[in-house]
Amino acid sequence: MDYKSTLSVCPYCGCGCSFYLETIDGKLVGTKPSATSPVNNGKLCVKGWKVHEFVQSPRRLTNPLLRKNGELVEVSWDEALDYVADKLKKIKAEHGPDSIAFLASAKITNEDNYVLQKFARAGVGTNNVDHCARL
Amino acid sequence: MAGLAAAFGSGAMTNSIEELAGADTIFVIGSNTTAAHPLVADRLYRAKKNGATIIVADPRKIQLALTADLYVSQALGSDAALINGIAHIIIKEGWQNQQFIDDNTEGYEDFKALVEGYTPERTTELTGVSKQDLYFIAEKYAKAPAGSIVYCMGITQHTSGVDNVKSLANLAMLTGQIGRESTGVNPLRGQNNVQGACDMGGLPDVYPGYQKVDVPDNQAKFAKAWNAELSPKAGLKIPDMLTGLNDGSVKVLFVVGENPMMSDPDQHHVELALKKAELLVVQDIFDHQTAQLAHVVLPGASYAEKDGTFSNTERRVQRLHKAVEPVGDSKADWEITQEISNRFGYPMNYASPAEIMDEIAQVTPQYGGINYERLEGEGLLWPCPNQDHPGTKFLHAGGKFARGKGLFHAIEWRAPAEVVDEEYPLWLTTGRAHVHYHTGTMTRNSPSLHALMPEGFAEINPVEADRLGVSEGEMLQLTTRRGTIQAKAMITERVRPGMVFVPFHFMEACANVLTNPALDPVCKIPEFKVCAVKLDKAA
Ligand code: SF4
Repeated sequence: MDYKSTLSVCPYCGCGCSFYLETIDGKLVGTKPSATSPVNNGKLCVKGWKVHEFVQSPRRLTNPLLRKNGELVEVSWDEALDYVADKLKKIKAEHGPDSIAFLASAKITNEDNYVLQKFARAGVGTNNVDHCARL
Repeated sequence: MAGLAAAFGSGAMTNSIEELAGADTIFVIGSNTTAAHPLVADRLYRAKKNGATIIVADPRKIQLALTADLYVSQALGSDAALINGIAHIIIKEGWQNQQFIDDNTEGYEDFKALVEGYTPERTTELTGVSKQDLYFIAEKYAKAPAGSIVYCMGITQHTSGVDNVKSLANLAMLTGQIGRESTGVNPLRGQNNVQGACDMGGLPDVYPGYQKVDVPDNQAKFAKAWNAELSPKAGLKIPDMLTGLNDGSVKVLFVVGENPMMSDPDQHHVELALKKAELLVVQDIFDHQTAQLAHVVLPGASYAEKDGTFSNTERRVQRLHKAVEPVGDSKADWEITQEISNRFGYPMNYASPAEIMDEIAQVTPQYGGINYERLEGEGLLWPCPNQDHPGTKFLHAGGKFARGKGLFHAIEWRAPAEVVDEEYPLWLTTGRAHVHYHTGTMTRNSPSLHALMPEGFAEINPVEADRLGVSEGEMLQLTTRRGTIQAKAMITERVRPGMVFVPFHFMEACANVLTNPALDPVCKIPEFKVCAVKLDKAA
C-alpha cells in the first residue's frame, strides 16, 4: 500500500484554505487541513473537508467528444485538437481574429489562464478574453 | 472591481485575511460571510472575541447577524444611500480624519457637498435603517483605532455595483481607515481563483498585471515578449460576446472551466446565442448544460491532478501540487491550450507550470519576484516585485495609494433597475447556500455535500406563507418578467415580508431564469441581487 499526502489549495472559494490530499495507491481518500497555513490555521469548512470527493467521480469527463451527425461522440485527442485548430484557422481567415472569443475561468490555475489568454492575444490576435468573475 | 481601482488604483482586497482578527470595528455589508467565505467568518468571530464591534448590514438576516453587535436590514438596492448617510453623520459630527484627507486624497469637496443631502431623515426613508443605528455605525467605524470594511457580491451584483464600491472607498478615506494594519476595504471574491484570473489578464482590456492593452508601450512590451503582433483594441466583455454571437459578428466561443448557461443572468438569451456559434468549444471537468450544446468537449484535469497556483481573495499566491493522475484521458488546461496553439501555428513549448510561472514573473510586475521555489509553504502576497521582496500584507501603506492620491467619488443613490409593482409585488434576491459552490458542477457531484442539501428552495417570510396558504416544503411558483420556476417553500424569518430568496446552485429551480440582465454600465455586472417577482402556490 502506498500512502501519500500532498499539499494543495481548496477550489471551492476565494479564502484559499490549504490542505493535504491523502491518497492510497493513487486513489483520493481524504483531506487534512494544513495547520501552518496563515489562511486556515488547521481548519476547514464543510466544503473543504469533502474537497477530494468530486475528483474521481464516475461522472467526470474522461474523453474528448466531437459532434458528428448531431451527436457528441468520443474521439481521439488528435482528432479533437486538429478539428478545433483547423476550424479556428478557417474562421480567422474568413472573418478576422475578432470573430473568435474566449472565456477564461476563475476555477482554473493562474498558469492555465495565462496560457489561454496568451493564445487568444498572441496566437489568434484578439483581446476577446473575459471570465465569469462578475457572476 | 472597477470601483476600487478607480478610487485607490488597485482593485484587490487591501488587507490580508489574518489582519481582520485584529480590527476594532468591522463593517460587513452585502456579504453572507458564514456561507460564502467560512474561514473569513472565522476571523470575524475571533475579532469579536478580542473585543471588536461587528456591524452587519444585509437585507437578509444572515447567520452572522446573530452574533453581530448591530444588525441592520437595509432595503434591497439602497446601499449607496446607506453609505452616504453614514458619511453625512461622520462629517456633521467632525469624526472625519481631516489630516488623512488633506494629505492623501482628492475630490473631497464635491463628495462632501453631495453627502450633505443625505440627512439621517432622508437616509432612514430610503434604507429603512433607524437614525440611532446610523449613528452607531458612523461612530463605531470612524472612531475605531482600526476599522475594516468587508463586502461581497451583495454590493457588486447590482446595476449600481461600481458606485456602491466607490462609496465604501469614500468611507475608508474619509476616516483614514486604510493603509494600516487591520483596516481597509476588503472585497471577498466568490470563486476560488477570481483574483488570479484577473491578475493573469483574463479580461478584455488588460494584459497580465492590469497593463492596459490600448497603451502603445504595453503593446510593444508584450509583442516583444510573445513574439507576435497584438491587437490594439480592447476585446469584448461576456454580454457583448453573446450579442456578437446573436448578430453573427462572433463565430467562435471557446469556454474553459465555465458553464455560462447556468451562471449568466438570462438563460434563454444565452442558449439562443450559444446555438448560433459556428464553433463552441467547452473544456471542463464535468458535463454541463453548456457542454451539451458544444461542437467539441475537451476533458480538463482538476486541481488535484495538476501542478499550478491559485491566488486567493487576499492576493496570496499559493501552490497546488499534483496528488493523483488525471482521470481517463483528461489533461491540464494549459497542456490542451498549448497543443491547440501548436496546431494552430503559434508555437508554445512549456515543459511545466513552473516554466509558465517564470514567464509570468517576467511580464507581470506584481508577480516579478514569484517562482515555485519561493511559493513552497505559505505562498506570497502580491505585489512581490523582485526576488528579495517578502510580499505585501496590506496595500497603500501610509496613505500612499497605488494611483497617487486616493480619489473621492460623489455618488448619488440610484433606484434598482426593476422595482416591485402591482403585477410583480415582491422583491426577489439570490445568493449562495453554505454547502454549494457557484453553479454546483463540483459540489453537486460530491455525495456528502449533495446529501446535506439535495434540492433547491425559496425562502419566504411566515407572513407570505400565510397569505398564500402554503406550508413548509410545498411547491411555490415564482414568476418574473423573464421566466417561471418552481421551488419548495422554506418558511423563515431570515427574509422580511415582501421578499423572496433563492440560491443559485440548482439546475431544476434555476434562479437565473428569473433574474434581471440589466447591467451595470461600467462593469457589466448583472443585477442578480434584486428584481421583482410574483409568487403563487404551484398547481
Ligand atoms: S475550505 Fe471552505 S472556507 Fe476554505 S477555501 Fe474551501 S470552501 Fe473556502
